[in-house]
Amino acid sequence: MRLVDPEVAGRVLRSALSRGGDFAELFCEDRAGFTLSIDESRIERPQSGTERGAGIRLIDGDQTRYAHVDGLAEEDLLRAAETLAAAMSGEAAEPLALRAAEPPRLQEIEVDPAEVPAERKAEVLRELDERGRSAGSEVDQVSASYSEGRRRVAVFNSEGLAAADDRTRVRLGVQAVARRDGTVETGFETLGAHRGFELLDGDPARIAEQAARKALDLLGADPAPAGEMTVVVGGGFGGVLFHEMTGHGLEADTVQKGASVYAGKLGEKVAEPLLTASDDGRLPGEWGTGAIDDEGTPCQKTVVIEEGRITSYLYDRLRARRDGVQSTGNGRRETFRSLPIPRMTNTYIQPGDADPQEMISEVGRGFYAVSFGGGQVEPATGDFVFGVSEGYLIEGGRVTKPCRGATLIGNCLQALSRIDAVGSDFEMKTGFCGKDGQRAPVGTGQGHVRIRGMTVGGTAV
Amino acid sequence: MSAAELERVAHRAVEAAASCGATDAEAWAEGSRSREVRVRNGEVESLTEASGRGVGVRAWIGTRAGYAYGTDLSDAGLGEIAEAAVGAARVADEDESSAAPDRTDDAAAAIAGLRDEAVEGTPTAEVIELARRIEQVALGRDPSVSSVEEVVYVDEDTEAAIVTSRGVAGSFASSAAYSFLQALARRDSEVQTGLGFGVGRSPGGLDADQIGAEAGDDAASMLGATKPKSRTCPVVLSDRVAASFAGFIGGALCADEVQRGRSPFADRLGDELASPALAITDDGLDPGGLASAPFDGEGTPRGRTPLVGHGKLLAYLHDSYTARRGGAASTGNAARSSYRSPPSVATSNLIVEPGERSFEQLLSDAGDGIYITEVAGLHSGVNPVTGRYSVGASGRAIRGGELAEPLREFTIAGELIGTLGAVLAVGSDSRWVPFGGSVRSSPILVGEMAIGGS
Repeated sequence: MRLVDPEVAGRVLRSALSRGGDFAELFCEDRAGFTLSIDESRIERPQSGTERGAGIRLIDGDQTRYAHVDGLAEEDLLRAAETLAAAMSGEAAEPLALRAAEPPRLQEIEVDPAEVPAERKAEVLRELDERGRSAGSEVDQVSASYSEGRRRVAVFNSEGLAAADDRTRVRLGVQAVARRDGTVETGFETLGAHRGFELLDGDPARIAEQAARKALDLLGADPAPAGEMTVVVGGGFGGVLFHEMTGHGLEADTVQKGASVYAGKLGEKVAEPLLTASDDGRLPGEWGTGAIDDEGTPCQKTVVIEEGRITSYLYDRLRARRDGVQSTGNGRRETFRSLPIPRMTNTYIQPGDADPQEMISEVGRGFYAVSFGGGQVEPATGDFVFGVSEGYLIEGGRVTKPCRGATLIGNCLQALSRIDAVGSDFEMKTGFCGKDGQRAPVGTGQGHVRIRGMTVGGTAV
Repeated sequence: MSAAELERVAHRAVEAAASCGATDAEAWAEGSRSREVRVRNGEVESLTEASGRGVGVRAWIGTRAGYAYGTDLSDAGLGEIAEAAVGAARVADEDESSAAPDRTDDAAAAIAGLRDEAVEGTPTAEVIELARRIEQVALGRDPSVSSVEEVVYVDEDTEAAIVTSRGVAGSFASSAAYSFLQALARRDSEVQTGLGFGVGRSPGGLDADQIGAEAGDDAASMLGATKPKSRTCPVVLSDRVAASFAGFIGGALCADEVQRGRSPFADRLGDELASPALAITDDGLDPGGLASAPFDGEGTPRGRTPLVGHGKLLAYLHDSYTARRGGAASTGNAARSSYRSPPSVATSNLIVEPGERSFEQLLSDAGDGIYITEVAGLHSGVNPVTGRYSVGASGRAIRGGELAEPLREFTIAGELIGTLGAVLAVGSDSRWVPFGGSVRSSPILVGEMAIGGS
């Protein structure tokens, strides 16, 4: 089913350009989702939602005007287009005829989650609850959530582009709380993909056991050490570190505002040759994957660091035009209510040739950061901070005690230059990234990565 | 859409839910207009104008509740939303505390000034001028301030209505305007950033000179920052940082997490756990607070709830569910971020009651310590279940009771309850901080905090 008739789209674009402008675009969206939770072993908070709406963008020189409306009725769309045109005072520009939309590269969905009875989803959550609780007598609580979402989008622009995508995502998240005497610890794990309900074939409840295991391990944890030491970052979730400390600084809007430490560094060496990293929105089934971005540009693989040198920034159309390059297919938006901005899709460090075990055994005293609660970076200065949700002490080349309350703090360029080993293992994980108030599903991935001389901020001062 | 029209939409949605088999139902309808301007180098980078409307329906089948929302407000659309809500309720397990909120006898308060008509009447050209002025002020504060990343200005004009099958019905209008920017100061290859912001009910409530100056001064003052030595020392939290801490404390005092044993404050009601110097109140009626409203997200009148005072933990925050479950009364703290989410317990406006010490006196009391102006990684660095935190920070050294050199790239760590007890004094000058909730706070002097640096 088409979201909007191309003839209607053509009229909307013509109306937007009726008093001038370089570029007009109509972005239409139909969103549907369902979420469900289990807490205290009780299924609760079932929620479903649907939204339809459109955003119309008019670019004139360096200025962007945007209007969005709920609903996809022609009169709503035309009204929004007229609002934009009303502020202009030039000659009408004629949009190019819309090319026939290329059939979207269809996402392979084996089982449409919307067709699966809600009771089955509740059952999955009950399995998670049970598995988490049976991981140990000290597991005090398990809560888990299931979410599914489908976004159908269509993009039309005055350069004749007509494109569409249909994206289905499924995700589970689980938190376990463990308690021993007065000590409370938490563990968290997720499973998600740009796939259908088949994602949950097999043994999805294993993530509850993993979350519980993390919480239980932490019960015996010591306060994290503080000071400068070698840090081995784990695979999978560890990729959040690269996402934050390099990915954001390579997004072209930040670069063009002069607010990135990577500005003006294209072609420069920022890391040892063992580091190669990419953003790839085409990885089949990954969380940040799509056929096109939210401006209709096909998603692609962009190598951002090749053997230690910066090879590309991540572009949407607007920023690509300013730099005289092509969009890299990174123009994403949370919904039709937001302007597209350069965003990562699935960002990862390519596997290296180091053996993860050896990477640890070569460290006298250090810190093993397996997963992060999240992190934050100030792209302009490169300063970052990460909360470590699962971390261990490395002593004499061996992983010894779990540590609680550790943070990694440092500066991006310095930390990148100190990466001295990249593991041959590899894993992708799912996350949500926030920027300018917009949330986007992103994949992060890597194998083990070792960084020399990083500051660990712990509570054991 | 007018408030009265929205109320009719909500009525129809409740009726539709009843005819789909709901034993009780509640509908929240919302309409809004908003405008966002982004200015950089004196030029408008983007201008967004938007209108939106939608409805969220909570339906009960006995003690099972489900939620659905949508943007199609036609009869057919409302029917589909109602049916989805009832369908969702069938999946939920029985929960004896779950029921539609009862109508209370308390009249919803009339709060003056929730909506300033000027938000609609101010031409876009004027708010563009305001944003330009903010940028110019920031750039003019110090020769080192080389650019402004972007000045963002936003205003919103919102109407909301609620109707329930148990006789609750009401609506209100509110407006908000805010602006923020990040200024960049440069010296040689060093870059530092500074944040400025302001909030009000309409553009006229924003002071361009103050917002711009804050960002410019903040950025310039950080040039040459170094990493402090690891130690335990007195700290003064800026109003912004103190507001962030208050926000986390408020979150941990929400009864749902408390009842589920996921709050460091569980089972601590009445305990002497805070410093007598500190008083925190949740105030859903303060006209200056953006979260103020005559009633909360399920129609219960908003109120004032003292949370911490006289050294004691005084109360938890409730919605109708947690109140029923805990044998308490709702404090009117059912929050909705929009019609897209069902109500859940959250703070409204948190007020850290101002003390009597001026900022200079707080510095002088601290003697030698650190003035913390910024914290990063709060989201990942504070564990709301355990109350432990370890977050990145930057600020200025305090030496001999006065501000000295800038400091960055260090962490502050501790746990929330310990920090509550370690507060020595609260400053007298407070301001509204809109990050992570609506909080009004002053700077706070904390006797001891662990600093992780070099």
